[in-house]
Amino acid sequence: MTQNLVTLEGVSKAFTLHLRDGLKISVVDSVSFSVKPGECVVLGGPSGAGKSSILKMIYGNYRCDHGRILVRDGDEDIDVATAEPRRILALRGSVMGYVSQFLRVIPRVSSLDIVAGAAADSGVAQAEAWARAERLLTLLNVPERLWSLPPATFSGGEQQRVNIARGLAADRPVLLLDEPTASLDAANRAVVVRLIEEKKRAGAAIIGIFHDEDVRQQVADRIVDVTEFAASKAA
Amino acid sequence: MMAKLNDKPLLSARNLGKHYGQRLGCRDVNFDLYEGEVLAVVGESGSGKSTLLGLLATELSPTAGAVNYRMRDGETRNLFDLSEAERRFLLRTDWGFVRQDARDGLRMGVSAGGNVGERLMAVGGRHYGRIRDTASDWLNRVEIEPERIDDLPKSFSGGMRQRLQIARNLVTHPRLVFMDEPTSSLDVSVQARLLDLIRGLVSELGLAVIIVTHDLAVARLLSHRIMVMRQGRVIETGLTDQVLDDPREAYTQLLVSSVLAA
Repeated sequence: MTQNLVTLEGVSKAFTLHLRDGLKISVVDSVSFSVKPGECVVLGGPSGAGKSSILKMIYGNYRCDHGRILVRDGDEDIDVATAEPRRILALRGSVMGYVSQFLRVIPRVSSLDIVAGAAADSGVAQAEAWARAERLLTLLNVPERLWSLPPATFSGGEQQRVNIARGLAADRPVLLLDEPTASLDAANRAVVVRLIEEKKRAGAAIIGIFHDEDVRQQVADRIVDVTEFAASKAA
Repeated sequence: MMAKLNDKPLLSARNLGKHYGQRLGCRDVNFDLYEGEVLAVVGESGSGKSTLLGLLATELSPTAGAVNYRMRDGETRNLFDLSEAERRFLLRTDWGFVRQDARDGLRMGVSAGGNVGERLMAVGGRHYGRIRDTASDWLNRVEIEPERIDDLPKSFSGGMRQRLQIARNLVTHPRLVFMDEPTSSLDVSVQARLLDLIRGLVSELGLAVIIVTHDLAVARLLSHRIMVMRQGRVIETGLTDQVLDDPREAYTQLLVSSVLAA
């Protein structure tokens, strides 16, 4: 049996808004699913169903109130729900990548350095990291004249494509994709689909949220309907 | 940076506390800090964060608890059991302290090169030419033109002074650097450049850093972990982006919601 790279068991999440008189908003309840190497699981369901919250819990960005979130690191399973911060950071460094549509701009670092740096940080050799960065930026139609510039002044679309290149440059066995194709044109969406296929062939476990029906159809091996985990609103 | 997960903490605070007479400075502080980790201590003025930093840097004596520190020889010692000579040696070599006000961290009557070279001499550097070369190299690394090596910090802008403080502190290759609101006296545009510089140096040198700040954006940019203090106690702690994006305590929610896009 192939080892799961990500396993969620009975994961629940609620926000308590202390500034709103302790209003409790349940997001999801008893989320359970797992993902194998080379598999792409797409989270489905309407906006507000908790898809993004699930991805953020796996990445350790949101806390998990109940349940376990096991991420495979070499020959051990790390429970992100209870792991100490530096363990989660180590997972992010070598195992988990997170790609959203938003780039948190780092001042003064060139686009090429951002992308190559992401690859190098994950252990890719320097020359290979540069080659990969150049290939990704080319594929994603980021004009070469922009490579040496920090993306702060780029258009939204260009920043987004630099961000995708950064997210896909590293070799990480687990990829979390939070609407990376939102607002991309058809040509660039097709490139992202192709890159996701490459990652799957390389054995990555991918969990994604894709607004576009066509992208979803092309990359998904399985769709997990998040409304099945709707929390009882009476909480 | 985080590769060694089985190593021992560099510094551990255990039940650390301080009262000034009846008045509480801070109490029951417990945490471990590992090499290469950046910990931000956030809170409003009066929260106890400055007292905590003073205790950790042995500038204040605790009324409770201990701070265990793994010395360069591998032995772990309670900082409050060190002799004065040992403590001073630690401060000059293995630690740095970047102050909010550069005038507290620099010798204003000594040249820029002298400010950097002085720390080297304190650890036994004797060769003038070599000290000057190293100082010049460090000025360059913090983006101060080497021609300014003989100028007094008095003639420097606020941002340059802070960068000089950083060079002065890092020249001895410390393992742990304390930072007390290092950017808060600067203009916003100057802040960004300094933060960027600090970020680069910290990750390049694998420094452990304890930074006290009231600015959540600074904590977000620089730190791996965050400790939120209020009324002398640590009320929430965790991975920086987790605490800022999914704050649990009422007070932390208030802090996070009070800033624009931290």
